[in-house]
Amino acid sequence: MMMNHSLKSQCKVNPGTVIEGKWHRNRYTIIKELGYGANGIVYLAKNQNQQVALKMSDNGMSITSEVNVLKSFAKVQGSALGPSLLDVDDWERRSGKVSFYIMEYIQGPDLLTFIQQKGPSWTGVLIVQLLNDLDALHKAGWVFGDLKPDNLIVTGPPSKIRTIDVGGTTIQGRAIKEFTEFYDRGYWGLGTRKAEPAYDLFAAAMILINTAYPKRFAKTTGDLKQLKLMVRQKKELLKYEDVILNALQGQYSSAGEMRNDMLQLTRANPAQRSTVSRNPGQTASPQQASRQMHRQKKQKGSFFETLLITLIVTLLYFLYIYGQLL
Amino acid sequence: MKTGTLKQILLITDGCSNQGEDPFAMAALAKEQGITVNVIGVMEQDVIDEQGMNEIEGIAMSGGGVSQVVYSQQLSQTVQMVTRKAMTQTLQGVVNKELQQILGGSRTMEDLPPDQRGEVMEVVDELGETVELEVLVLVDTSASMKHKLPTVKEALLDLSLSLNARSGDNRFSVFVFPGKKKDVEKLLDWTPNLESLTSIFSKLTTGGITPTGPAIHEALNHFKKKRSLRSLLSRDDESFFEESV
Repeated sequence: MMMNHSLKSQCKVNPGTVIEGKWHRNRYTIIKELGYGANGIVYLAKNQNQQVALKMSDNGMSITSEVNVLKSFAKVQGSALGPSLLDVDDWERRSGKVSFYIMEYIQGPDLLTFIQQKGPSWTGVLIVQLLNDLDALHKAGWVFGDLKPDNLIVTGPPSKIRTIDVGGTTIQGRAIKEFTEFYDRGYWGLGTRKAEPAYDLFAAAMILINTAYPKRFAKTTGDLKQLKLMVRQKKELLKYEDVILNALQGQYSSAGEMRNDMLQLTRANPAQRSTVSRNPGQTASPQQASRQMHRQKKQKGSFFETLLITLIVTLLYFLYIYGQLL
Repeated sequence: MKTGTLKQILLITDGCSNQGEDPFAMAALAKEQGITVNVIGVMEQDVIDEQGMNEIEGIAMSGGGVSQVVYSQQLSQTVQMVTRKAMTQTLQGVVNKELQQILGGSRTMEDLPPDQRGEVMEVVDELGETVELEVLVLVDTSASMKHKLPTVKEALLDLSLSLNARSGDNRFSVFVFPGKKKDVEKLLDWTPNLESLTSIFSKLTTGGITPTGPAIHEALNHFKKKRSLRSLLSRDDESFFEESV
């Protein structure tokens, strides 16, 4: 693409270059390029013997926007939602001003590379970790948006999945800022591009599918049928089939819900396998029973939820009318 | 802050105009009327033609918009990206003007220290979400575009999906050039979503010439027509973005 091309040439910096901020006067020495996307280039850099990641773009708006997201993440206590923000500044070069920000350097392979190296037994654990982080992010009022394996790094040991690149991170209720087609529910005709938790959960399900098809696949009929078919063709996906299909159809209202189902499957798995080997006639029936019970419980819960919401809305409405009368 | 309606022309083409008025001049005219002209060049897998490229960049530059050259497979994502980028650019221009009134001189957002810039950016984001948007799509249907038209249709449906996720209202209109009898033909009048495009697009025929300039001119008239009609109904159409930014 042309834009990437021009962008690369304008923010292209050679290793060894010292970048000094106009406002805070911190100096960073570029070590190497880590990657580039539609919104800028990320470099590994050094500041007083500390390794940091430096993102720069000639589009100052996108830098400012991402900094806003990272700043609001920093206010959420107790969880690492994205890389932590260390510095924001402008670098004045002869050819013009370039905005940049400095964040913690998250080191490790991306999700797909990691699973290829360590084997598919890691898939479940890492997705559960991801859903945990997403849950916290959603509770803070955000939606990650551009969720894809390239934006997921596995650090460690102990192995822990981390999200990088908050370029697509959007306030809930707004339109998703940035996305990648394969992981976008709009592209598959399975939902809108409104930022809501279910949008990220769809992407999470596509990432699961992606682990079995590292090269992805092209859209043919481009609907649920095609995705179902792709899931059924891979043994390693079959065990997550229920969770994947629920997420693809937007049936989870929170990441926590999807995480619980996922955990149940990963936990039930070894037991299920032993049942299979001992008694081939009764595959997975205990697990199915437990899932049905789970569903019943959920239905009862949703009835009370509806009642509660109706009551609250009625109450608010009366308050509003009262306010109008005054 | 008062928000008016953002007006954009989105030109989807694959090459050089060869008939009628100068497209650069028409794009400049659009800019003067507060309408941004964005251009997307759809290329074949092989070499990018230099002259076509210059024209694509030039029209967007004169029209105060954004241009991008892509292979047809990447069209969907590009169309929505270019539209949003141009929106942000226009809104940034508006916010900068307000800032200059407050701060005096020629200071813009970019001159603020990073912290304050962040706060202003939140305002731009908020405006981008809620502002009313009108996009007039101009599709080049000269012979060489023929096999790219299904992709163009997909991309436009995708655009309406993206923009309709915003809370602000959208209106789209689609024109093709060359038309059956005239240089430019209206396919779809102002509508909030582009679904009805599916049936119309399959019946399109392609023709030889590429009258890009006249097409932009006609698009401008269409914006005007709508405005005068609406001004009969309501008086609040004094748009904030009328002046050139």
